[in-house]
Amino acid sequence: EFRRFSLERSKPGKFEEFYGLLQHVHKIPNVDVLVGYTDIHGDLLPINNDDNYHKAVSTANPLLRIFIQRKEDADYSAFGTDTMTRKKNVLSNVLRPDNHKKKPHIVISMPQDFRPVSSIIDVDILPETHRRVRLYKYGTDKPLGFYIRDGSSVRVTPHGLEKVPGIFISRLAPGGLAQSTGLLAVNDEVLEVNGIEVSGKSLDQVTDMMIANSRNLIITVRPANQRNNVVRNSRTSGSSGQSTESSLPSSTPNILANFLQGEEESDEEDIIIEDSGEPQQIPKATPTSESLESLTQAELLHETTQNGFLPSSEVNLNHSARSISMECEVQNADHKSLEEDGTIITL
Amino acid sequence: MRRFLRPGHDPVRERLKRDLFQFNKTVEHGFPHQPSALGYSPFLRLMAIGTRSGAIKLYGAPGVEFMGLHEENNTVMQIHFIPDQCQLVTLLDDNSLHLWSLKQHSGASELREEHRFTLKGPPGSPPSATQITAVLPHSSREVLYLGTESGNIFVVELPSFRVLEDRTISSDAVLQRVPEDYCNRRSCELVEALREHPKNPDQILIGYSRGLIVLWDLQNNKATHHFLGSQQLENLYWQRDGSKFVSCHYDGSYTQWPVFSDNRQPEPLENLVPYGPFPCKAISKIYWQTTKNGLPYIIFQGGMPRASYGDRHSISVVHGSQQTAFDFTSRVIDFFIIFSTEPTAEFDDPSAMVVLAEEELVVIDLKSAGWPAVHPPYLASLHCSAITCSHHVSNIPLKLWERIISAGSKQNVHYSNMPWPIDGGTNIAPDPPQRDLLLTGHEDGTVRFWDASGVCLHLLYKLSTVRVFLTDADPNDNMNTMGEDEWPPLRKVGTFDPYSDDPRLGIQKIYLCKYSGYLAVAGTAGQVLVMELNDEDAEHVVDHAEADLLQDQEGYRWKGHEKLKTRDGPVQFEAGFQPFVLVQCQPPAVVTSLALHSEWKLVAFGTSHGFGLFDHQQKRLVFVKCTLHPSDQLALEGPLSRVKSLKKSLRQSFRRIRRSRVSSRKRRGGGGNTSEVQEANAKFDQDTLQEMELAPVQRKIEARSAEDSFTGFVRTLYFADTFLRDSSRHCPSLWAGTNGGTVYAFCLRVPPAERRMDEPVRAEQAKEIQLMHRAPVVGILVLDGRGTPLPEPLEVAHDLSKSPDMQGSHQLLVVSEEQFKVFTLPKVSSKLKLKLTALEGCRVRKVTVANFGSCKTDDYSENDLAVLTNLGDIQIISLPFLKLQIRYPCIRKEDVSGIASCVFTKYGQGFYLISPSEFERFSLSTKWLVEPRCVVDVPEVSSNNHMHNKSGMENAARKSRSSGDYGEDERKSGRLMEHALLNDEKVLKEIQSTLEGGR
Repeated sequence: EFRRFSLERSKPGKFEEFYGLLQHVHKIPNVDVLVGYTDIHGDLLPINNDDNYHKAVSTANPLLRIFIQRKEDADYSAFGTDTMTRKKNVLSNVLRPDNHKKKPHIVISMPQDFRPVSSIIDVDILPETHRRVRLYKYGTDKPLGFYIRDGSSVRVTPHGLEKVPGIFISRLAPGGLAQSTGLLAVNDEVLEVNGIEVSGKSLDQVTDMMIANSRNLIITVRPANQRNNVVRNSRTSGSSGQSTESSLPSSTPNILANFLQGEEESDEEDIIIEDSGEPQQIPKATPTSESLESLTQAELLHETTQNGFLPSSEVNLNHSARSISMECEVQNADHKSLEEDGTIITL
Repeated sequence: MRRFLRPGHDPVRERLKRDLFQFNKTVEHGFPHQPSALGYSPFLRLMAIGTRSGAIKLYGAPGVEFMGLHEENNTVMQIHFIPDQCQLVTLLDDNSLHLWSLKQHSGASELREEHRFTLKGPPGSPPSATQITAVLPHSSREVLYLGTESGNIFVVELPSFRVLEDRTISSDAVLQRVPEDYCNRRSCELVEALREHPKNPDQILIGYSRGLIVLWDLQNNKATHHFLGSQQLENLYWQRDGSKFVSCHYDGSYTQWPVFSDNRQPEPLENLVPYGPFPCKAISKIYWQTTKNGLPYIIFQGGMPRASYGDRHSISVVHGSQQTAFDFTSRVIDFFIIFSTEPTAEFDDPSAMVVLAEEELVVIDLKSAGWPAVHPPYLASLHCSAITCSHHVSNIPLKLWERIISAGSKQNVHYSNMPWPIDGGTNIAPDPPQRDLLLTGHEDGTVRFWDASGVCLHLLYKLSTVRVFLTDADPNDNMNTMGEDEWPPLRKVGTFDPYSDDPRLGIQKIYLCKYSGYLAVAGTAGQVLVMELNDEDAEHVVDHAEADLLQDQEGYRWKGHEKLKTRDGPVQFEAGFQPFVLVQCQPPAVVTSLALHSEWKLVAFGTSHGFGLFDHQQKRLVFVKCTLHPSDQLALEGPLSRVKSLKKSLRQSFRRIRRSRVSSRKRRGGGGNTSEVQEANAKFDQDTLQEMELAPVQRKIEARSAEDSFTGFVRTLYFADTFLRDSSRHCPSLWAGTNGGTVYAFCLRVPPAERRMDEPVRAEQAKEIQLMHRAPVVGILVLDGRGTPLPEPLEVAHDLSKSPDMQGSHQLLVVSEEQFKVFTLPKVSSKLKLKLTALEGCRVRKVTVANFGSCKTDDYSENDLAVLTNLGDIQIISLPFLKLQIRYPCIRKEDVSGIASCVFTKYGQGFYLISPSEFERFSLSTKWLVEPRCVVDVPEVSSNNHMHNKSGMENAARKSRSSGDYGEDERKSGRLMEHALLNDEKVLKEIQSTLEGGR
């Protein structure tokens, strides 16, 4: 369920007050909840102290979307596989590393307090020799900071070993995002950019593809140094460490589907300024998907005095995965098909 | 349901796509790049031009043209037509001979290579022994005589190229009867010329480079006469009756020799150095043509005084007391004279001289007094001043067409009225379906109007914008006005003039409204001219306005060129397009975008600093908008201070060198590797290797940011009458897109016609869209309620377009280099997108809406986007759903200038430069195809085939009645019907579409 209500932007107050307000609005006075919000980049960030609360309020534009989860249900692994939250890929990606690296329910730290700068994804479907790295570019604060070059690599083919042209990382700029993640290194071979294989493409083409995807860049590399590979939970899958296939054909559609979805969701929206007013994000034109989206989100309408939004006090709270009604599931299925439709249109 | 219609999975759509789209490179317009050889067949009345890249092009009557390409891509050295045949032989610089023939195939003639041959000497002989220097196709059509560097003359049989060894004329045999003292002085050396006796096919004249000339009797296999020339020989020419011949020499002299029937030792009749007495350059070719009045035409190439005129490219024509040295703008490759070849005619009576210079073709009328030039219907020198931009306008209304032609004809009065003398072959292509104009802007400030309707790209009219400005060029700089007694009597001919007086005059953008005749032209120094078509000469003042695009920007210093100075007072303009308004942008940066709305009488222009809107009715600047990012110093300072652009220009010049080295053309079917190309490539590879050793080629991966340079560069401007503010009221609007991915929309208030002069036009910014991927915006388009692009201004008023749907909601299409995005209007929300770069790694270079008609049914057509990418691919993307329909490789991705020069037409054709002087024409449409289709008939052959042809016609006629399936004989039937129904355009069109459908 969700609620909408208004807040005074200039006087947000303290986090405790806000927390209380939420509990009050949703009539859950004694339930421990985790509070999160989506920032302008579409990332889910936590609200658990005054600082990030104020930050959240200041970024409201004018609507601030707040997500509330029951603390005992805040089982992140459930999010990763949950169809309903899957859609919001950002969310699952924020949380997915935990999924793979740790056993669920053992919270060592609070990763949600930090904003991810990079992640290794799709470990389960890639050969062990490959690594798929996602770089998160937030605004302009940190340059991506890497360079690529032409080169050649040796590939195992049915005709034996063959030398084929390839694209390699040639340099990491000090202080850049790529260097700071430690996930990419000089001489790593670039195999894919956002799910598209680079073989057969020129250096300039790959450069253009990377820049076009720079807001949400996912590159699959074959690291030059194979010693630091992620070791799988189960090594029974038969793929030996020496496998040099560029990708597993059977898993490719899956990968692509994942990517397209992720891309659509995390793609930054263009901005419009109407009649010299405030810059706003350009919304999606499909009204149905908008209303469906709101099912999974708590929306907080934040009234600002500059523009003439009507104050409203409706807040919906989604009581996490456990309380999904039948109706909701039906609509969810509906939504999935719609989404597919959307993908086709954009293809 | 739409989700089931995945691309490539809908058979109905797939079938429709086949009826709509088809890629063809149809014809090359303009002048061949680097021509290297010329040939002419008086029998076929066809001219052949060979190039350094191994292309061979045949031209006859306008519309009759053929092209062939030697697989080797080697330079064509010589072209010789086989007498009285549809065949020609080419000699390449790798010493290979190629036999080409024109054969009829499905009704049209085609040029095909039949045989190739390389002369081989006896084992162990030096390569010079077989290096061919002269080729003589014998009038018997059975053999070729091949003169070589060794002095031997080999005889090969045609068409098999079998060497007839017993008939070889060895230099030893020739020397046998040469007087001792002469022979001692000089050896034979290479064969410079071979000429068959005009009356006696058994005699050939052999000229050796050291000066010896021998008349050889083929029957008895012996020399009948020796002509002991003392000068190094260049060429030979028989006089018509065979009683005399002329030799021309390296020292600039020519000699006339008599040919006696007895055994007397011939002595020269006349030896003359026409431009003596000081040392002269060689006369490389000479004609001696007889006329009825007894005075011969002596026409020779070169021979100019070495010291003073050694750099001139001249051909002199001497006829009695008349003498002119035609002074060409570039090196003369070769020339020929068109004269009477009827065997019964007593005299040569030359009618025209055809000169192939390196950069243009010049034809001189020798019949008319003063020997005026003839305006060629094809082979136009597109590059007489470098092309800086082009603009295509389809379907020109007849009225405008006629007015442009009439303005152009006034410019062409100095041309001869002679009909085009090279008139072989028959053009059987249907008349072009519509009148199309291609406008090219040039570096020297001119705009040339080309008739691009058909196969022959023909200059209609030339517009110069120079008169408006004060330039350094001296207006009295007249090279031609020389005194009567000037010697040598040089006369400049030709139009090629690559030197621009002032680069600021260069034309960068052109927009022509075909309905109103308004023309807007913008140039390198920020000048924008609005012109009107006037049928009369006129003198008037050009209104002048300045647009300060920087407004209040601080700390600015423009370091680029100054703005052009204008002339004060009235200016004399010739009939044609006459400017009435000049807007100069300040700073005077190059104009990067231009839009004209002839109905609202507004012109919009953009530079790297911003854009402005000018009301050319009231002659008032409506507004300017600065698009500069404050930190963008590079754009602020102008082109001279750009470190970045210096680097870029260096890179480009290297590219250019590479381009010229590879001689850069890939033609249809010409994937052949030549030693030259390989060499160039190898060299380039080496270069790159070295470069790589120094610093590896690497690319920086960084997101675009607002602080990047040149984000304010205005890439596109667009006028639209649409719903900008609310969905109930539409209004005129102006849209602008920048390099930094910003789209500005201005709401315009244009007063109604009756108060148009009284109230000012007002503009107010209504929207600003920032694309987050920040790629340059290259196209903006509004789609109406039916998803159809809004019509051009005045198009509806002229009943040429359905009025747009103003009921349904409009959509905005923004095309950036990386993405296509559709937004709703008036409230901007994103609806659809196609991410081209993210998926394919290519970027949009050119985009246009094109209308594609089905070749199957007349009543179906649709609008799509034609897109050219930086990889040289052409993609067709559907509207309004942005689905990729089809993709064709078109231009090599290394051919940057080719890609930059590409221009699409409204009906799915396009042009791009394959060299500075040639446009390749291509078609994406099944329906609109302009390609040469012609027949060359040989009298003998046609008499043999007469029966066949006749039955063919009947056959075709029968076929057309029954099935409409045309086979081999479609041309015949097409021609038949064409004659019968010539006046009925509709029927013609129908026939045309059936013919194309059958193909």
